Amino acid sequence: MTTQARRSTGVATRLVEATNRGLLHIVLVGIGLLWLVPTVGLFVTSWRTRPDIAASGWWTALFQFRYTVENYSEVLAARNFGDGFINSFIISIPSTVFPILIGALAAYALAWLKFRGRDALFLIVIALLVVPLQTTWVPVLQMFNLFNLTGTFTGIWLAHTAYGLPFAIFLLRNFFVGLPKELFDSAKIDGASDLGIFFRIVVPLSVPAIASLAIFQFTWVWNDLLNALIFLQDPAKYPLTRSIQNLLGEFGSEWHLLAAGAFVTMSMPLLVFFALQRYFVHGITAGAVKG
Amino acid sequence: MLTRARRRSGAWLYVFPAGILLIAFLLYPVVRTLWLSFFGGTGFNPTEFVGLDNYIRLLTNDRLFLKLDELPPSGAMINSVLWIVLFTSGSLGIGMFVAVLADRVRYEPIVKAVIFLPMVISATAAAVIFRFVYSPDRTIGVLNAVLTGIFPNLEPIPWLGRISLVNYAVIGAGIWIFTGLAMVVLSAAYKTLDKEVLEAAHVDGASEWQTLWRVSVPMMAQPIAFVAIYLVITSLKMIDLVLVMTNGGPRAASRIIGFTFYLEVFNNGLVGYGSAVAIILLILMTPLIIIQIRRVRAEQALR
Repeated sequence: MTTQARRSTGVATRLVEATNRGLLHIVLVGIGLLWLVPTVGLFVTSWRTRPDIAASGWWTALFQFRYTVENYSEVLAARNFGDGFINSFIISIPSTVFPILIGALAAYALAWLKFRGRDALFLIVIALLVVPLQTTWVPVLQMFNLFNLTGTFTGIWLAHTAYGLPFAIFLLRNFFVGLPKELFDSAKIDGASDLGIFFRIVVPLSVPAIASLAIFQFTWVWNDLLNALIFLQDPAKYPLTRSIQNLLGEFGSEWHLLAAGAFVTMSMPLLVFFALQRYFVHGITAGAVKG
Repeated sequence: MLTRARRRSGAWLYVFPAGILLIAFLLYPVVRTLWLSFFGGTGFNPTEFVGLDNYIRLLTNDRLFLKLDELPPSGAMINSVLWIVLFTSGSLGIGMFVAVLADRVRYEPIVKAVIFLPMVISATAAAVIFRFVYSPDRTIGVLNAVLTGIFPNLEPIPWLGRISLVNYAVIGAGIWIFTGLAMVVLSAAYKTLDKEVLEAAHVDGASEWQTLWRVSVPMMAQPIAFVAIYLVITSLKMIDLVLVMTNGGPRAASRIIGFTFYLEVFNNGLVGYGSAVAIILLILMTPLIIIQIRRVRAEQALR
């Protein structure tokens, strides 16, 4: 091959590569925008006045700085989203703490204590990971009616705790199993009890796993609509997801309130996501085994 | 040192609180739901034993659940089949596409955060977002604004108001939510692939597309299968997205199996009938549950 020919193929290859590179950026940015536009639309709409929303699309309003906080203040004050926010916290925090505590104890036994039926028990936990909640709600509600737990926070805490347990046990057990055996042996030689080992060695070493689990469970409960719908039949105790659904039923076309309300609901998970992205993604991908 | 007997009972104490809750809220209710599915009538504690009638009616005489005598077939079962096929392949395909492409650019974390964002918010919020996107109202629906911008003669399409379109529109929202999950799992798997193998394929003259299909995809068979199973399970159990977006309508055209349970029990008060739907759902999921258990057991064996 002559030098000239070689140089020209070099130019051609580089030209093809540059075009490919350009195409790659266009496709990726395109997909990114496609995914972003629905949320941005809601966000922009939530800051526009009602007449503006009726007069023009949000996409024409991007650079027309006439925004208002009124939708948010109306949703929070007049439409009970303030109470909904508090209720969401009242529901979510115990529903995050209990399954982790109870699940960690069980996971510790499944990982490090020897007892009969241990492996069978773990298999049952794995099977329960994917059981559809549809097959449990009616009997649980009948049970709640019997014990006067329907419409109480205690009831929904219990339900979320139980439903969160299979995943909590699964994730923590797998993490605990990976802890070095020598730690347990030397602690036992020093005379530590099983419970002492659990609180002084296992828990402190498992902070990353517990954090991922806590974030996953908190978001799951915060975003839950169905359990609230079924077990909390008391408007004074509705969480935010339920408030949104209410707004939709009554005011299907009050777009300004819907947009602001939806953003209030989304604010907490978004905050958690941006603050703790690494733990968040880990929790959710591990949670992919949970149905 | 502790005796064996004491150690054993001690271990059960750790498992006890979790065990009680799992039995009361998961194991016992599944059995009880199966029992309830043999009862008819309304009211929350049905007493009229009907045997297999609920199942027979669901599969042969409930046109909103399964209608096979007319083409195309329709009903919640058929809509769920469409969900399984389109939602799974859509989320998986786009997730894989983004995972592979984003690996080559410096702004990868930003692209991935954007695609993952819908996984973070509630299905309720996502449903509201897509009621905006799909609206036929000229100042609300961005999809119709784009379409009428490109085709000026087009009338705005009521995506959620048309029987022939609504199920696909809800599936679209589902893909928007779950692509992020597929992308994150597949991206992690893609990054562990031996890049020298991909290079070698390139040197041997394989195109990008061939390398992806003949080398990367087969090497990622495990995580792909794992995500696919998860997505199929998700589409079978789905309730909240449908409930908030369309409530199963118009004229039952967006009902799916998981949602039908909710509708029959909590809207129509048919506890036995709805329980039969839940059991059908469980039966459909059983093969997936078994695969899942096998997979996890195989993983445990490697430890």
